[in-house]
Amino acid sequence: MIPVCRLEDLPAGESVRLDTTPPVAVFNADGALYAVDDTCSHQDASLSEGWLEGCLVECPLHAASFDLRTGEPTCLPARRPVRTHRVSVVDGTIHVHLADPTATPVPASAPLTAAASLSAPAALAASGPGRGSLTGEGSAA
Amino acid sequence: MNTVTVVGASLAGLYAARELRAQGFDGRLVLVGAEPHLPYDRPPLSKAFLTDTDRAASTPTVTDSAGASATGTGASPDREHSPATRTSPTTGTAPGTGIHAPYESAPESQLALTDPELALTDPEEITDLAAEWLLGVHATGLDQHGRAVLLDDGRTVVTDGVVIATGASARRLPGPQPAGVHTLRTLADARALRADLTRGPRRVVVIGGGFIGAETASSCVALGHDVTVVEAAPLPLIPQLGPDMAMFCADLHRQGGARLLTGTGVAGLHRMAPAYPSGDAYSSGDAAQPGGTDPSGATDRPGATALGSSRTRSSRTESRGPANPGHVTAVELSDGRILPADVVVVGIGATPNTGWLSGTSLAVGDGVLCDAGCVASLPQVVAVGDVARVGGVRAEHWTSATEQPRVAVRNLLAAQTVETVTALPYFWSDQYGSRIQFAGHRPADATVRITEGSPDDGGFLALYEHAGRVAAALAVNCPRPFMRTRRELRAQRTATV
Repeated sequence: MIPVCRLEDLPAGESVRLDTTPPVAVFNADGALYAVDDTCSHQDASLSEGWLEGCLVECPLHAASFDLRTGEPTCLPARRPVRTHRVSVVDGTIHVHLADPTATPVPASAPLTAAASLSAPAALAASGPGRGSLTGEGSAA
Repeated sequence: MNTVTVVGASLAGLYAARELRAQGFDGRLVLVGAEPHLPYDRPPLSKAFLTDTDRAASTPTVTDSAGASATGTGASPDREHSPATRTSPTTGTAPGTGIHAPYESAPESQLALTDPELALTDPEEITDLAAEWLLGVHATGLDQHGRAVLLDDGRTVVTDGVVIATGASARRLPGPQPAGVHTLRTLADARALRADLTRGPRRVVVIGGGFIGAETASSCVALGHDVTVVEAAPLPLIPQLGPDMAMFCADLHRQGGARLLTGTGVAGLHRMAPAYPSGDAYSSGDAAQPGGTDPSGATDRPGATALGSSRTRSSRTESRGPANPGHVTAVELSDGRILPADVVVVGIGATPNTGWLSGTSLAVGDGVLCDAGCVASLPQVVAVGDVARVGGVRAEHWTSATEQPRVAVRNLLAAQTVETVTALPYFWSDQYGSRIQFAGHRPADATVRITEGSPDDGGFLALYEHAGRVAAALAVNCPRPFMRTRRELRAQRTATV
């Protein structure tokens, strides 16, 4: 389980990138939190820098679009899904539970809200490389 | 329309095939590809494909037999069909009519040939497209009415509609190409270059400071090579970006660790004497190869070779011993300077692949001439991608190749131009750790205004303004503001078209 940031620090429409391996992007899509692998499945671009509309994110490089609920691409040029990761909010802090890196992408469960997600499976808690660092949305890096 | 033939099996050709099926064409679909590979993405070839050494180790090797096994051709093709051959009757049941050995789907071995990271399609889609893939086959002609495509293996595809997507070829320096001299356009090009770049530190000279040259130079620096970029113009990329932003990109070379020499052309290549069997008439020693070429590619002088006619055709047949023109040793500049070089990359632009259409009645002039809806001068012929001059503009952009096919196929199936291409030009480039994105049409007299970030910080958004409006935008490491601007430009364009 990787702490991301305080819930209030990720307002609706914003996203944040975790420098995990591979990097993970966390989105606040109109109040629902989602986490997916940050790198577009088509080519090297950061989805956390993409265009968020509803629960779709458009890649900033070639405009591939992904459904944050499932990780599935909704248009070309992406043809493969990105992995989704479970998100929880514990004591006002957003956490990401990294999916098993060897698992094939599967549709994620419904996004977890603060009220619905207070448990963190131990197996997942051990899989993170540690504390995620924030690069912030809109970062020029 | 019973049969549609897509000539060209790269990005634009694949998108055309997809659009044909998506728009309800359920007839016979034939794709003809000159390369032996299923469609693959070219942009990574100058970037991650060169620098990812792990991938280099695991990449399967292309063998000459791959193309032959897929197409049934092994003999040297005659690509110089006479007009009589080209316009020979194509109806009936005589040999040479139709496709004798169609491939309902590409064999598994061909899928394996393409680096999975580059593959634009997969077996599932191949099955869904239900197309005949003729790979490793060159189209050599089109009959007078655009109703038959002639192939270099002697076959003829009788067709009702044609999508021309033959792309462009990297422009080469005139004369024979010594070993160690590369262009970068195809997967084979990239593999050959990568092989040369993984043999320890090399002195690399990149001729041409355009996007391919800059990205390749950047990759070579990342691999630890000593890199010099030679650009004939005062600055690279002025036509694309304008002088201010071109200056910024020139600095990327210098900051990134490459030398940039501007304002000088290339006089020729020096080469090592090849080891020929005794009795060979070729001169020995370090011989200059005066080509008198301009790295900008503005002048194309195919006849400019001083090595004798017997050697002018050797560039594609380097493995044939006596024709091997030796290994490059240096690049001689037009100002007299000599740059020692182990590897030379020639990035001086590309020419549209229209040679196979010469002698046909199709209008061609630096590309297949099309109206704004990608419709060519013959009925039932459309063109897309790098080979297409659409409404007077030939764009060698990845995005154009993905956006034009929808419109082109719609017009092809409608048998008239019912829609025109209105997409906003867009391209990107990754070099020296910076991501450059550009969208829009840049008026020559536009003023540039930085609205986010700063060039000094390495990340910014620049707007090209003209007559009180934003006409184009350039971003360096500034994706989000760029996306917003690109959307605004797109909306503005849609509103005014």
